[in-house]
Amino acid sequence: MSSAAESVPPSRRKRPQGALSRLVSDPLGLAGLILIVLTVGAALLADFAPFDPTKLNPMDRFMAPSALHWLGTDNLGRDLFSRVLHGARIALAISIGATILSLAIGLVLGIVAGFGPRWLDSLLLLVMDTMNSIPTVMLALLLITYTGPSLWAVVLVVVLVNGPGYARIARTHVLALRSAEFIEAERALGATFPRIVLFHILPNILGPLLILAAMDIPIVVGIEAGLSFLGMGVRPPTPSWGTILFDGFSYIRDSIWMVVAGGLPIVITALGFTFLGEALRDTFDPKLAKR
Amino acid sequence: MFGYIVRRATLAIVVILTVIAAMFVMMHAVPGDPVRAALGPRASEAMVEAYRVNLGLDQPVWVQILRYFGAVLRGDLGQDAISGTPVLRVILSQLPDTLYLIAGAMLVAVVPGIHLGVVSATHRGGLFDRIGSVLSVSVMAVPSFVIAIYLLLIFSIRLGWFPAIGAGEGLVDKLHRLVLPSIALGLAWIGYLARILRASMLEVMAENHVRTARAFGISQRRIMYDYVLRIAILPTITVLGMGIGQMISGAVFAEIVFGRPGVGKLVYDAIANRNYPIVTGTVLLTTGFFVLVSLAADLLIAFLDPRVRNVISR
Amino acid sequence: MTQSCEPILSVEGLSLSYDTPNGELLALRDVNLTIGRGEIVGLVGESGSGKSSLMQAILQLMAGSARVTAGRILFEGRDLLPLGPGGMSRLLGDRITVVFQDPMTALNPVLTIGRQMIDIQHRRRESRTVKRQRAVEMLRRVRIPDVESRLDRYPHEFSGGMRQRIAIAMALMAEPALLVADEPTTALDATLEIATIDLLRELQQDIGCAILFITHHLGVVAELCDRIDIMYAGELVESGPTMPVFRDPRHPYTQLLFACDPAQIRHATRHLPAIGGNLPDLIDLPQGCIFAPRCPRADGTCRRQHPADHRAGRSDLVRCHYPDAPRLEMAQ
Repeated sequence: MSSAAESVPPSRRKRPQGALSRLVSDPLGLAGLILIVLTVGAALLADFAPFDPTKLNPMDRFMAPSALHWLGTDNLGRDLFSRVLHGARIALAISIGATILSLAIGLVLGIVAGFGPRWLDSLLLLVMDTMNSIPTVMLALLLITYTGPSLWAVVLVVVLVNGPGYARIARTHVLALRSAEFIEAERALGATFPRIVLFHILPNILGPLLILAAMDIPIVVGIEAGLSFLGMGVRPPTPSWGTILFDGFSYIRDSIWMVVAGGLPIVITALGFTFLGEALRDTFDPKLAKR
Repeated sequence: MFGYIVRRATLAIVVILTVIAAMFVMMHAVPGDPVRAALGPRASEAMVEAYRVNLGLDQPVWVQILRYFGAVLRGDLGQDAISGTPVLRVILSQLPDTLYLIAGAMLVAVVPGIHLGVVSATHRGGLFDRIGSVLSVSVMAVPSFVIAIYLLLIFSIRLGWFPAIGAGEGLVDKLHRLVLPSIALGLAWIGYLARILRASMLEVMAENHVRTARAFGISQRRIMYDYVLRIAILPTITVLGMGIGQMISGAVFAEIVFGRPGVGKLVYDAIANRNYPIVTGTVLLTTGFFVLVSLAADLLIAFLDPRVRNVISR
Repeated sequence: MTQSCEPILSVEGLSLSYDTPNGELLALRDVNLTIGRGEIVGLVGESGSGKSSLMQAILQLMAGSARVTAGRILFEGRDLLPLGPGGMSRLLGDRITVVFQDPMTALNPVLTIGRQMIDIQHRRRESRTVKRQRAVEMLRRVRIPDVESRLDRYPHEFSGGMRQRIAIAMALMAEPALLVADEPTTALDATLEIATIDLLRELQQDIGCAILFITHHLGVVAELCDRIDIMYAGELVESGPTMPVFRDPRHPYTQLLFACDPAQIRHATRHLPAIGGNLPDLIDLPQGCIFAPRCPRADGTCRRQHPADHRAGRSDLVRCHYPDAPRLEMAQ
């Protein structure tokens, strides 16, 4: 066993190989991962919550955090910690589900716009520009006026707000690849349209789209929480973080713990996914990196 | 340059027309009586009848559309379903408070944001830069209404430094009550502006003319603020223009959290009261406002940047 | 072309390195260069010869990863290296000025020419009117037509040749002791190049400043410069008065360089002459003379031992073991 430590001159220190280790060595990425693990853990463990989130207990309302109720209780005596855990499940389910849906629809529309006739492309572009011109909350409120508040209304809003972004990226890539030589070659060999899309277009688009999706998740969590906070999204007594805030805001002078319990997980999740998204972008696309 | 103005303006007009068309489609796409869909369940029978005649539902669709366009572009956004007051008047009466809030947020964001961006670019890679960057990303990530609630909780309810509700009377009181909501709305923007400006400045700093300025002994401070910033700030104007839409969204939440009057509160109450014309009218008006501000920002840049301005004059 | 005893610029044993991920890149090694008062010195070298690094070191406008590892740069007797950016900025634009290579990007695009010419006079405590007048006169001297109205125009409204003349006007307006010109005519076409060189020569005779003229164009050096300095791979290999060095170069690299000059081609030929081999790796230097790997007459000594600087022929500096060896020619 050699005793002399080899000192490597700084310029020769190798950057860690492997995407995952690079991600983890970035402190921001690591922090993001930890926060996300917290959130996902909460969602997964929701079934093991100490209390039933909907169980009313009017005798113990507005209690501060204690050994029994880790985050205290709300205005109806329900355990806030258990509600937060179930809220994690809802938040993740909606954000991941709605994001996948927006991604899918955006992808399809973008590919159609890229491959289709000129007028269709112009039409879709116009629709996208118009969507982007309406302030998000106004769009949401307008829709919900007609559809009524519900979880699906929230999903619809997310698709309308995020979809155009994905469609645009897909469209750009399709347009670029459309005239690429190897596509021409493939066509000459008789490759069918679905084959071209599947094997050539998709692999190229998926990377940037996924990074964008990761960065969009905090936005979706924000949309759901925001709409529920306004009473326009998920309705009480379902324990979404937004509804906890909605209830908590009315009783803010009676107890601060409801507002703390509702807001803190939003902050954690938002920071977690954002840090991770930033670190992902720095790792995989150094051209876009801040440094 | 002139061609650019025309193109940009045309796009803006087309977008506004599309939104109006979308509104029309929505009212007619909803199942049931389109007049009821437009006016909501609170409107009186008399109003419904008058509207029915006005809209001319017996006419062919394209006539209806044209009439609708004509009405909206003339400023006739219908009547408040409950009070009968013209919608435009109602909204315009509430708009100033929202505009004060947005102005406040911009004020909070612009000066610190720009300085943060400049200092980060000047001392790139240093501790300030790295901490600043993490903080910027963090405030941008958290939804502004959560920030608003916590600011209210800490500074208003717990510490009592600011009153919790309302816009106040008299200049000093009004300004006092604007502080917290402006910070809630503007905090994320500080981060965003700093980030964009930093990137923009680093790009400009690498350009040859900055090297020339250094070669003539001009001080680093002068170079940063007079030369680099002058060019680098142009993209931030675009960003601010495009961000008005987000500010409007954020203002809705801020008004509700801080109990302030404004279009946000207006539309929120209108939904609760099933006062549909107010809702559609507000959406139309705020969209139009957003599109026009965005256009103005783009034109401002074209005007400020001599490279764009003089392309024709040669 | 007056010369007094003390040189205006004296680079002594300058070595400069860059820190790269692959190791230390030795960009300049033991460079010795002098410029006398009022003297025009041509600094010649291919890309990668280190002439840019030398210029940046003199002006103290180096990139972040650059470090001076040895030597001094004496300007009017004072060492520039300890000065730091603050001290240096007092000299720049006043005693030392610069004309850069690319006229298209060297000027600030959003400020008028007039504003820029007034700004660079920031040291003078005079009114704007006086400064503006000085700018007008200087622009007239470089033969910009219609000066008064042109002052309020932006750089993109001028052609490349005119922009370079404006840059020269800016550089000479302060009547510096030393003008550093970094390939000022490389981006211009041949006719413009001649006109610009004539202008420089004329102004230099009026103002009497020294010029460090960096270029890879030998014809311009022959036209304009009093002395010629040749760089190869980070070292100054030969230095001497222009015409004598052209007639009787002593360093193998210089000899081959002159032989390869397209202007030297006498007969129709299929192949342009070129020096065989590649530039050495500046991170992993060969032992001995830097030119040995490509030198047709390199021997064991050349490959083992680094040559000293000798005087030979009319050249003041030849970094070679055999400066008196017969002249090399290119095989035709």
